[in-house]
Amino acid sequence: MFRKKQYLALGAVTLLALLIFSLPPRVTGHLKLAVGSLFLPLFGLANTSQQLPADLADSVLPRRELLQQIDRLRRQNEQLQVQTVQTAAIARENDQLHSLLGWQQQAPWKLKLANVVTRDPANWWHTVQIDLGSRDGLRENLPVLTAEGLVGRVAFVGYTRAQVVLIGDPNCRVSALVDNPAHDTGILNAGGPVDTSLVEMTYLSGRASLKPGQNVFTSGLGGVFPKGIPIGQVVDSRPVEFGLYTEARVKLSADLGALEQVWVILNPQFNQ
Amino acid sequence: MNLLQTTLVLAVAFIAVFGEATFPVLRHWLGVQVDLLPVLMVYAALSTDILTVSLLAVLGGLWFDALSANPLGISILPLYAVGFLMCFRNDLIQREMAFARLVLGTVASAVVPALSVLCLLTAGKQPLLGWGTIWQWLVMTAGGAAATPLVFALFDWCNRALGYQPRIETSFRPDREIRRGRI
Repeated sequence: MFRKKQYLALGAVTLLALLIFSLPPRVTGHLKLAVGSLFLPLFGLANTSQQLPADLADSVLPRRELLQQIDRLRRQNEQLQVQTVQTAAIARENDQLHSLLGWQQQAPWKLKLANVVTRDPANWWHTVQIDLGSRDGLRENLPVLTAEGLVGRVAFVGYTRAQVVLIGDPNCRVSALVDNPAHDTGILNAGGPVDTSLVEMTYLSGRASLKPGQNVFTSGLGGVFPKGIPIGQVVDSRPVEFGLYTEARVKLSADLGALEQVWVILNPQFNQ
Repeated sequence: MNLLQTTLVLAVAFIAVFGEATFPVLRHWLGVQVDLLPVLMVYAALSTDILTVSLLAVLGGLWFDALSANPLGISILPLYAVGFLMCFRNDLIQREMAFARLVLGTVASAVVPALSVLCLLTAGKQPLLGWGTIWQWLVMTAGGAAATPLVFALFDWCNRALGYQPRIETSFRPDREIRRGRI
């Protein structure tokens, strides 16, 4: 009798697992979000608990220190305002030249700030979840970045949350361009499972002349990432397949292990 | 089925999955996140019944996959395979021995991620694998082994604090009381 109960349970669980696994991706995606929403109360609790030490530290910060910080930030703000004026002038000039040449003009990026809510608990994926969703205008394949550089792309969008695949994950491939005289292009592939700061750049030309320290940017090819987003710097390179093409290791500019806030580009443009 | 134990196991599994996704302290230092669900499965298989094991496999697997990029439902079968085998051979395991628990915790923490990766590869997915995976697997196994005695101690404490304690029978019986008179 006892064994019969165990066999019944085995059959039921196996059947249920296979049933869930064979559902269409769209349905499992929504089911995933529904199950994930059970954690919403805990997200709030975790945010509060993480913010509490910072609030406590702020409350004991001396007034003199705060005044110094305000002064420093005010000066930095003035410098940035001057730079903004200069950048706007350059952008106007650039637009005029674009219209003279008959090129399509680039609209400025529409960015939205998002908080990183969770990281992938499985060690074999590099993904995070952010607190923006379709209600904030997010859709699949939007580029995600920080002030330092590219982070990844939006992979799945729910109503209030979205999953971001980070660079280095096998599901996030980026067409990249090396800032050297030859403008060598390649594909950023998966990195190592432990070190998230290094990724492989493959399919570079066999005659590519890469040097350590050269900057790597998005090439704008592929229809996901706009051109010119900084990615990182070349660490080293080696010829593969008897010199048929070159592979390089790229150190990412953004620290993917310590992401707290990221920017999502809502209107990526791919015109050259 | 002990409802308190089942509820406790599921509640701890829920918090464990949430903790793994929200507090990446270990991942920051070692590049690995230790999974506590296999250890919980060992506890459930040794101390509860097949229903709790089944519920833990289904709900724990679903919760884990919901916060991960895993296809939904892929973690259920690896967890259940380990839990079912331990539950099936429950009578042959000396579950009160700390060493037996430790060995089972180690084996479960090693087998569940390996089976999960195998399921992913069978399903045609491309998980991030490399030489570093061996390091991750070793740390996950060691972390699971280290967590096993703690999980058992936690549940023992919870059961003592929240569960009904067995009534202790004394040898005193009023009808057997010897009344001594004045000598």
